[in-house]
Parts: sequence; structure tokens; C-alpha cells
Amino acid sequence: MSTPEKCACGNDDEDGLIERLEEIISSYKETPGALIPVLQATQSLFGYIPQKAILKISEILNEPLSSIFGVITFYSFFSLKPRGKYLIRVCMGTACYVQGANEVLTALQQQLEIKVGETTPDKLFTLDIGRCFGACGLAPIIMVNDDVHQFVKSSAVAKIIKNYRLHEPKTVEVQS
Amino acid sequence: MMDLNKLMCPIKSSSELLALHQTIIDSKEFKSDKIYICAGGGCIASGSMKVKDAIAAQLEQAQLNDKISIVETGCLGPCALGPVMIIGKDETFYQNVKPKDAHEIVEQHIKGDTIVERLIHPVGEKKVAKRSDIPFFKNQKKDVLRNCGKINPTKIADYISFGGYQALSKVLTEMTSEKVVSEVTISGLRGRGGAGFPTGVKWGYASKSKDPIKYILCNADEGDPGAFMDRSILEGDPHSVLEGMIIGAYAIGSSQGYIYVRAEYPLAVERFQIAIDQAREFGLLGENILGSGFNFDLEIRKGSGAFVCGEETALMVSIEGKRGEPRPRPPFPAEKGLWNKPTVLNNVETFSNIPQLILEGGEHYAKTGTDKSKGTKIFALAGTVKVSGLVEVAVGTPLRELVFDIGGGISTGKKYKAAQIGGPSGGCIPEQHLDVPLDYESLNSLGAIMGSGGLIVMDESSCMVDVARFFMEFVQEESCGKCTPCREGTARMLDLLNKICDGNGEMSDLDELEKLSGTVKNASLCGLGQTAPNPFQSTFRYFKEEYIEHIRDKKCRTAVCKSLIKFEILDACNGCQSCKKVCPVEAILGDKKQQHIINTDLCIRCGLCLSTCKFDAIIKY
Ligand SMILES: Cc1cc2nc3c(=O)[nH]c(=O)nc-3n(C[C@H](O)[C@H](O)[C@H](O)COP(=O)(O)O)c2cc1C
Ligand code: FES
Repeated sequence: MSTPEKCACGNDDEDGLIERLEEIISSYKETPGALIPVLQATQSLFGYIPQKAILKISEILNEPLSSIFGVITFYSFFSLKPRGKYLIRVCMGTACYVQGANEVLTALQQQLEIKVGETTPDKLFTLDIGRCFGACGLAPIIMVNDDVHQFVKSSAVAKIIKNYRLHEPKTVEVQS
Repeated sequence: MMDLNKLMCPIKSSSELLALHQTIIDSKEFKSDKIYICAGGGCIASGSMKVKDAIAAQLEQAQLNDKISIVETGCLGPCALGPVMIIGKDETFYQNVKPKDAHEIVEQHIKGDTIVERLIHPVGEKKVAKRSDIPFFKNQKKDVLRNCGKINPTKIADYISFGGYQALSKVLTEMTSEKVVSEVTISGLRGRGGAGFPTGVKWGYASKSKDPIKYILCNADEGDPGAFMDRSILEGDPHSVLEGMIIGAYAIGSSQGYIYVRAEYPLAVERFQIAIDQAREFGLLGENILGSGFNFDLEIRKGSGAFVCGEETALMVSIEGKRGEPRPRPPFPAEKGLWNKPTVLNNVETFSNIPQLILEGGEHYAKTGTDKSKGTKIFALAGTVKVSGLVEVAVGTPLRELVFDIGGGISTGKKYKAAQIGGPSGGCIPEQHLDVPLDYESLNSLGAIMGSGGLIVMDESSCMVDVARFFMEFVQEESCGKCTPCREGTARMLDLLNKICDGNGEMSDLDELEKLSGTVKNASLCGLGQTAPNPFQSTFRYFKEEYIEHIRDKKCRTAVCKSLIKFEILDACNGCQSCKKVCPVEAILGDKKQQHIINTDLCIRCGLCLSTCKFDAIIKY
């Protein structure tokens, strides 16, 4: 998954993005089976799928809202809630699992004080699990947005998180 | 870099393709010495691109950059040793290379012809420099992966230089579509996506349909958690898949195709898109391919994180933009598939087999493999083996050879316990069956399946009840919910397995699990449910005593099942207090420099203390 083009922590520019989205949807009008590619584009534009986007998609592609919702909720890639700036995904694929992914996940939950699927109050981190990133030879793996961390030990988790926090400007929460 | 686009573009005939091939292999660049640096997903994650930059800088400094070229290749295989590279002139294999090693490699090896000892691969007491002498490589048969590691996957010229698109050219100029189908049938090639259906037969059905619109699809959803073969092919040799698809399209008479790639594989998507763009530009895709009058085009569709979309009917409705729920068959896709048109779906590896098969002929292909299973198979070898990574062997190679010769044996110093093969639809192979030949029939007879090629090796520290629970949780989560036996049956089986792992199991639970296995298998709509009980059944078949221990003795011999384990601090504790600090529930007591103790009532068994202790003073049992 790609990093959202826009950080989802503020609603500041969403209106501007909606215009971009309109162009994207229109470019797909002639494509058969366009709904999923359009939702993928929406997800990567906003970092999640906002309600206004769903309305736009319904209008331009002439799809009923119910079937759009049906598709969004079927696929785990789509999220109806804004996600944190960093999406941390712990691989729970077989290779990672047998090499200690569960302990890594526990450590992350404790470190971030959130459960799987939740976002930290400062909107920096969202914790999720993945099913195999195809890097099983380097298990256990976690991915933070597009960065791969390999051979991760539960004792190293605190340091990984700290590194991302360190590179943050202090003012993330107070964007207006 | 030679500007190929100016040479001849688009290519308008077979003879022009041959001429282009000749021009490329006569070029200075083709003949120059090479350094192959792995740019597979694993090695990139380990930092191989920084190594490449460092080597390039050193070559430039040594003014060797026009004599020696760097090839960024697809996966070389041994991912766990990454970043890895091969020095072309003498085939030296270097592992765990860091950017700071670049100077030594160029000065000492490239200029001075002396191998950098500390970067070569240890085999027992010895160190082996040459790629072809290293057991991991020596024992493989790289047919499908023949280009992977030799070519730059983003350069079509590299692919053409090794005979790429010659098979397509042969098909378009010398073969009827019937002949292509019959060649594939003779080869005995069976689909590599899991079920092993004969590819020639599948193509034959679709080719007979008179419908003017037909589709050819490639399944790159690779959902088995623990498998990365298809990813590596797409990243390492995308044109081979593309060429296979175009040949397939010609065989069945299709002019439009799609490849469905999993969302988690952005690099594969990127490289495949480059391949499509180049092939179009070179006249190998699109209208009037190689001047033959045959038209075919192709689009990438990305998955959105649903395992069931790997199932053929679900994949097709997903391309149509709907919820990816399977539907009953018949009608089979060869009759009514994508948008109700005749459709052929094959796996990435299946297509990648095609070009070489066509060039060398079906009979030649059928010489490799066993009686009923032909060719080679790629496995994603992972888990507790010394050298994990991507391997290709002749179908029928014994499992032992894969684990112990190629994989170098168990990495943890413990004993082999089982190999899980075939993922959530597959089963476990215990030690007494290590000599099983890896082919469809032999694996089925042991309650496992060939599957798509995920092969996870487990040592004694894996709990087999927990492994069954893990896979049941996976299929439960991924069950689309359309049919009741799969939706409810897997949920019930998961409840029971959780109960056993939590120490609340009863003997009667085992009977119920067995009964449910039968129901879920027989009554589910698609392969997801039909195979979901396999991991339970096979672990129960070979490791029954572990189930019984969990239930009767409330004991997990591997100390994996949390509710059944205890942590204890031993005399070796020097009271450094690190464990006390990390314990999230303040269950560890003790003063500085005094031996600590764990209050087991408070302990939530997270294991943080154990992984923090530097003095091996904490044990779990
Ligand atoms: C739940 C489920 C998941 C599947 N996932 C995949 C997959 O990820 N990749 C794949 O090639 N085949 C997968 N298959 C098998 C496909 O349905 C189909 O048999 C295969 O793609 C056909 O190609 P082949 O004949 O070349 O093997 C899956 C099947 C089921 C039931
Ligand atoms: S199992 Fe984690 S990357 Fe494959």
C-alpha cells in the first residue's frame, strides 16, 4: 500500500482533493469494472474513503450507494475511518507467525497503547495486521507505510516507534 | 546504455526480432563484464540499492564503469542472506554486503582478482565462493527462473537477449492455435496455482468456444500467507509471464487479458506495468503483433486485500468491480467467465512456464518431473531453515533435499518437526515422511497438497495445535460469508481450537472437530471452505498426542499456548531490573541486585521480560 498523498490528520485540504478525485473518476468512466480501481485511487488520495468521496463516485459512475458500501466493506484494503500518518502492519503470515510475530504484535500494542485497527490519539500511528508481505525469508516482518523492517524482535519495537516519533515535527496535532 | 528504441521500434516481423536479438548480443554492453546485484523485494528491504550505488561510485572512481556494468536483477534466491550479489567473471557469490564493502570489492576483487573472503558463504567449516558450488544453488533446477538473476527485469532488451519473445514469434509464424494447445497438452504442464489442473485441457475447452469475445486472465493474487513465488517471478522476469499470456491468448483466441495482482505487491505491479509498456512500444503487444495480424492487449487490476479473490470465480467478479464472492460451478469459466464470456485463468508460474515449453517442445518439457507431474516447481522456502528463499526443483524432488541440502537444515540448532506445505488449504509433513517426493499425488496421499509452493519449515519450538488454530483463524477471517458451512463451520472449529489452546478443551471437542471437518469439506461452495479443515486434519493425524496433552494435561510442550505456560526467573538473575521495567503489569518484584520473582497471578504472559533479559535468567515452560 502506498503512503497517502495527504496526511489524514486534518480535514484541511480534503475539498481540494475532491476536485482531483472528480477528475480521476471521470477518467475511468469508460473502463469496465471501474469501481474498485476508483476506490483504490480514493484510498490512496485521502488515506481512507470519506463519505463525500462515496457520494461523488456514486454520482459520476452511476452506482447505487449500497453497492459501493458493499464493496468497501468487503475488501480489507479500504477503510472508512481516517488512519494515522504511519500505518504499522505486522505480518501475521505463516513464516512470520512461527518466528514470533505474535510477540511483536503484543509489544506494539503495549507500546502504542492501542489495539489492532485503532489509531493513537495523536493520529500518528494506526496498528493493523497483514497476511504475508512476500518477504518471508526475512521473518518476522513489520511494515510502516512502505518501509520494511525485517527480523524484528519484540524488544526492538520501542526503538522503531521512537525513531518515527523523533522525525516528527512537534506540531502534528495542532494543524488547523 | 544502448538506446534500443532508436534501433528498431516497433518490431514488425519475426525476422526483425531476430535481427534485434543479434544487435543486442553483439553490443559492447552485452559482452562487458557484469556485476549482478539482487533487486528482489527481500534484498531491497535489506538495503541492496545502497550497495548498488556504492559499487557504482567505486567503479566510476576506478574508471571501470564503461568496462563493467551493474545488472539489477530479480530475486537471486537466498533472501535471508541479503543483500546478495554475484561477480560475473568468476561467479563469486557475496552475501550480507554493506555499502562500506564496495571499496574492497572493487579494489581487491575486480581490480586485484582476489576474493573478499569475509563476504563469501560458509558451508560447514568451509567457505565457498563460487555460486555453482554452493549447495543452495547447486541442487536446484532453474528452468522457469532461468532469467531471474541474469537480467534486469525493467529492460526488455535483456529479456530479448536471452531468447525472449522467440516463442511468441514461433507461435505466430509457424503454429496454429490447435498446435499450441496440443503442445501444451503433450507437455503435461499442470496449473501451478494449487489445484494442478492440466493447462492444455483448460486451454482446449476455451479454444473450442465460438464466442468472438474471450478473456485470458493471470492470477497473481498469491494469497497463501508464506508464499512469494509469484511475486518473485513478476519482479524478476515479468516479460516471461507476459509472453506466456500472449501465447495463451493466441491459443484460445482472446484479444483482451487482465492480470490480477495482490495489493501488497507494489513493486510487482510497477515492474509488470513497465513490461507492458515496453512490449507495446516494441510491437509485441497491441494490434498486429509482429505483423501477424493477431491483436491482444492487457491491463493490470490490483487486488484489495481479500484472500478469497484468488479463487477463480471470485477473482472474475472482483475484476467486474463487485464484492469478490465465489459462485457455484458449472458453468465453468471456460464457458462463462468474466462478463459471462469464455475465460481462461492461469497462475503466474503456469504462464511463466509457457515460452520455454513452446521453444523446446512439449515432449522435451515432459522429460522433467514424475509420471503424472511434469516440469519444475518453485517453492518459497521459509521458516526455521538456514538459507530461506526462492528455490526451483524438478517436480518429485524429495522434501528432505529441499530442507537439508538446499535449505541447509534447521537454523536454530533444534530438530526438524514438520513442514507446512500448501498454506491454509494444505497440511504438515512430519519427520517420518521427509522423503516424500514433492508431486501432486504423493503429497495428497499424506494429507497435504502441493499448493502454490509456500513451504514453511518448523522446528520443535512450534506447537502444532497452535498452527492448526492459526490457519483456522486465517480462513475464518477470510471466509466471504456467502455459504453457511464455511462461514459457521470454520467459526465453530476456531472456537474449539481456541478452547483447546486456552486450556479449556475436552476430549469430546476432538470428535466434534473431526465431524465438523467432514461437513465443512463436503458442503462448502468453493475451495476455501472445501480445504479449510486440512491444516487441522493433518496436524491431528500426525501430532494427536499434542492435542491430547493440551486437553488432558493442560500442557503445551512447546510453551507457545499462552494460557498453558509459566515464566520463571532463575538463579542467574543479577537483579539488573530491566525485566521489572518492561513488565507492563508490574508482575515482577525484587530489589536492585537481588534475584527477582514473577507473580504468576498478575503475569499476562506477554514474554517481554524474556526477550529483554540479557543474562538468560528467565525461562518459560
Ligand atoms: C480460496 C482460494 C484461493 C486461491 N488463491 C489463489 C492464488 O492466490 N493464486 C493462484 O494462482 N490460484 C489461487 N487459487 C486457485 C485458483 O482458483 C485457480 O485454480 C488457479 O488460479 C488456476 O490457475 P492454474 O490452473 O494455472 O493453477 C485459489 C483457490 C481458492 C479456492
Ligand atoms: S509470512 Fe510474513 S512476509 Fe510472508
